[in-house]
Amino acid sequence: MSEHIAPRKMYFYVFFGLLILTLVTWQVAYIDLGKWNTVVMLIIAAGKATLVGTFFMHLRWSASMIRLVVFAAVFWLSILITLTIGDFFSRGNAEHQPMRTGTVISQSFSPAAKR
Amino acid sequence: MHNRQSSVVYEQFDDRTQQHEASSLGMWIFLATEIMFFGGVFTGYTVYRGLFPTGFSEGSHLLNARIGALNTAVLIGSSLTMALAVHAAQTGKRKLLMAFIVSTMVLGGVFLYIKFFLEWMHEYHEGLAPGLHFTYAGPQAGHVAMFFVFYFILTGIHATHMIVGEGIMVVLLVTAWRGGYSAERYNPIEMFGLYWHFVDIVWIFLFPLLYLYGAHF
Repeated sequence: MSEHIAPRKMYFYVFFGLLILTLVTWQVAYIDLGKWNTVVMLIIAAGKATLVGTFFMHLRWSASMIRLVVFAAVFWLSILITLTIGDFFSRGNAEHQPMRTGTVISQSFSPAAKR
Repeated sequence: MHNRQSSVVYEQFDDRTQQHEASSLGMWIFLATEIMFFGGVFTGYTVYRGLFPTGFSEGSHLLNARIGALNTAVLIGSSLTMALAVHAAQTGKRKLLMAFIVSTMVLGGVFLYIKFFLEWMHEYHEGLAPGLHFTYAGPQAGHVAMFFVFYFILTGIHATHMIVGEGIMVVLLVTAWRGGYSAERYNPIEMFGLYWHFVDIVWIFLFPLLYLYGAHF
């Protein structure tokens, strides 16, 4: 055998762990924590994704080459999200300037804007 | 099969370890492209939610978080049966492998049924489908529409991935039934498992972002 075979029990433990985390994230959502709701949700989601990746997708026993691909993918995604957020959120809050935003959007979709 | 070895290791590989790593690497590179595919829409969602937080939480509040949580549990269950299918394949248990593939297909089907008939149809009739039937009124109506655009695109491409998965599982099931897999040859099962778990991970992020953002209002 060249590949690792994990004990079957492990999959059930991971499954119950995922269910408990789902229950926690669902119930925490009804408590108003302000901006921290999103932070808690994303941490729990990242934890669940790590559980699935590590045990269900066998990353724990994978070659370092494969882990490198996973790291590169997540790293690239973080570049995409971080730089985009950095751009948009340094422009001020558009919700408080509805007219301006509205005009920009309607102009870019109206035939008159196409020259 | 006069030469048993040839049915296990293809000629371009030295041994099974190399063959297994090659297919795993290929699958993970494909999944990396999938991460970027979904990542683009997630980034769009993040930007618009940052621009219109009130409208997005109002839209999120209109979704049924209980159904979302139920569907999350169903999908996690299908990931468990898929992991057990891979385990059955690794240990060469043909009937168990077939049983777990069928279980995964059924749980995936339950998810899609809930998604389509209990959610999308409901939202369409409630007038929450931008471009088709959108009757939601109020000062935030435009931003709520934007939320539902992201909701339908994200859940739509996620469900499309699941439908593709159901199709691939039919092929895997038929091959397993014909005895195409053994403890020495199960790469297709394992690679499909990676795909199915990836689709599960996407949903793990979709559930809080879409259903739970507006839950506490």
